[in-house]
Amino acid sequence: MNISRTLATARRVLRQLSHDPRTIALLLIVPCALLLLLYFVFDASPQAFDGIGASLLGIFPMVTMFLVTSIATLRERTSGTLERLLSMPLGKADLILGYALAFGLLAILQASAATALAVWALDLDIAGSAWLLLLVALLDSLLGTALGLFVSAFAASEFQAVQFMPAVIFPQILLCGLFAPRDTMQPVLEAISNVLPMSYAVDGMNEVLHHASVSGDFVRDTVIVAGIALLVLTLGAATLRRRTP
Amino acid sequence: MMNKSPGGADPTLTGLGTQSAQSGTGPEGTRPVAIRARGLGVVRGGRTVLDSLDFDIHRGQVTGLLGPSGCGKSTLMRAIAGTQAKVTGTLDVLGRPAGSAALRSRLGYVTQAPSVYLDLTARQNLDYFSSILDPWLNRSDRRAQVDRALTEVDLTGHADALAGNLSGGQLSRVSLAVALLGTPELLVLDEPTVGLDPVLRRDLWNLFHRLADERGTTLLVSSHVMDEADRCERLLLMRSGRILADDTPDALRGHTRTDTIEDAFLHLVDAAKQQEEATR
Repeated sequence: MNISRTLATARRVLRQLSHDPRTIALLLIVPCALLLLLYFVFDASPQAFDGIGASLLGIFPMVTMFLVTSIATLRERTSGTLERLLSMPLGKADLILGYALAFGLLAILQASAATALAVWALDLDIAGSAWLLLLVALLDSLLGTALGLFVSAFAASEFQAVQFMPAVIFPQILLCGLFAPRDTMQPVLEAISNVLPMSYAVDGMNEVLHHASVSGDFVRDTVIVAGIALLVLTLGAATLRRRTP
Repeated sequence: MMNKSPGGADPTLTGLGTQSAQSGTGPEGTRPVAIRARGLGVVRGGRTVLDSLDFDIHRGQVTGLLGPSGCGKSTLMRAIAGTQAKVTGTLDVLGRPAGSAALRSRLGYVTQAPSVYLDLTARQNLDYFSSILDPWLNRSDRRAQVDRALTEVDLTGHADALAGNLSGGQLSRVSLAVALLGTPELLVLDEPTVGLDPVLRRDLWNLFHRLADERGTTLLVSSHVMDEADRCERLLLMRSGRILADDTPDALRGHTRTDTIEDAFLHLVDAAKQQEEATR
């Protein structure tokens, strides 16, 4: 591992994005627009908005970073730049952490915009600190980056890569407690939701929503999300091969 | 234009030639060996792509790898660059087994399809790859290295254009420029002149020879265009995963009693076919 190579990779990814302002605009505006939409959907019941809004703040970064990373990594594989990089003295960890760093930075911007809008303009009523919401959002985005990187190894084309979104992310959204509390689900589904990382991301958001101070459950939730993100990043590194058939 | 790098701005041009004599000495009176293959084989998807090749490639020389498309040139180059899986037999590159981590900064490899980031400018591409090859370079040295590579492939005028907006030939030169960063001892170039106009092709071949003469760089350059053969000091002719001939262009024409490398190649193919039929 080498810090300068990691930073150079992060800077390169950000430079690529800087040539694509529309993507940046979409990344920042879409979550805000959806929150606004939700606010008016729950026009008559602001409490319902509090619950779902906080959960969404945890879901957005994961979904967008999953999509962005899986496409970016797939491009890297199909354009030959990955083969070129791996024939150079670049550690796999340098590449992966470079991506995580660049997309993490982007996720901070995205989560800040969405959280600021929700808390200040849309009166999202949270008991805890908005900084904790941001922390969970950042960890979620890392999880999305990790999952995107990992599944891109199993996609041969962009078509396949985007199909992994409904396959990998949708079940987690359905089971994370957004639609029904997890302990009221059919027991098998509840057991499955217990091993899906998004459940803990959403639980973490809800802890901040209901508790003024950092609760033990919040710490547990964030540690689990961060741990799974690290685990999947390591699995993703294993899919990068210097020698290919 | 491409024939001279800016005077004095290049600290790497001198003194490297002597380094190349360190390891692996060939037969008496010849240059040291850069690449040594014995019984080299590759099987891809159940098909034998390279069939127990034996050859030596010497240091400080431009060796041409010629043969029709699909004959295994690219697979051989990938094996030398260390990106090909399931390589059998012996393949030593600069005195180490191909694919060794220590070779990654000593070898420049350019694939047939340009492998650069289309959403970065030419200069940003080079800047990034330079910081991977040599992360400790300071800013002005890095800039000088990138400028030198851009000059060598005659792209200074397009340095700040987005790679995605460049023409095919320009793009493959950006890809080539990446391999020239960091002054590698061995350059493996897969069809670097394909699709380029005659003037650029001549300039690139001049550059290849200058690298071999002034820096002692070893170059392995593939092509399926036989008329580029005379630009090489040594030729490896390939056909369906085997080496047909390994000689100088003059000697090849001489012993096949032909006037062009293309005729020499055809002569050798016919002879190989007759031999195959005879042994059947």
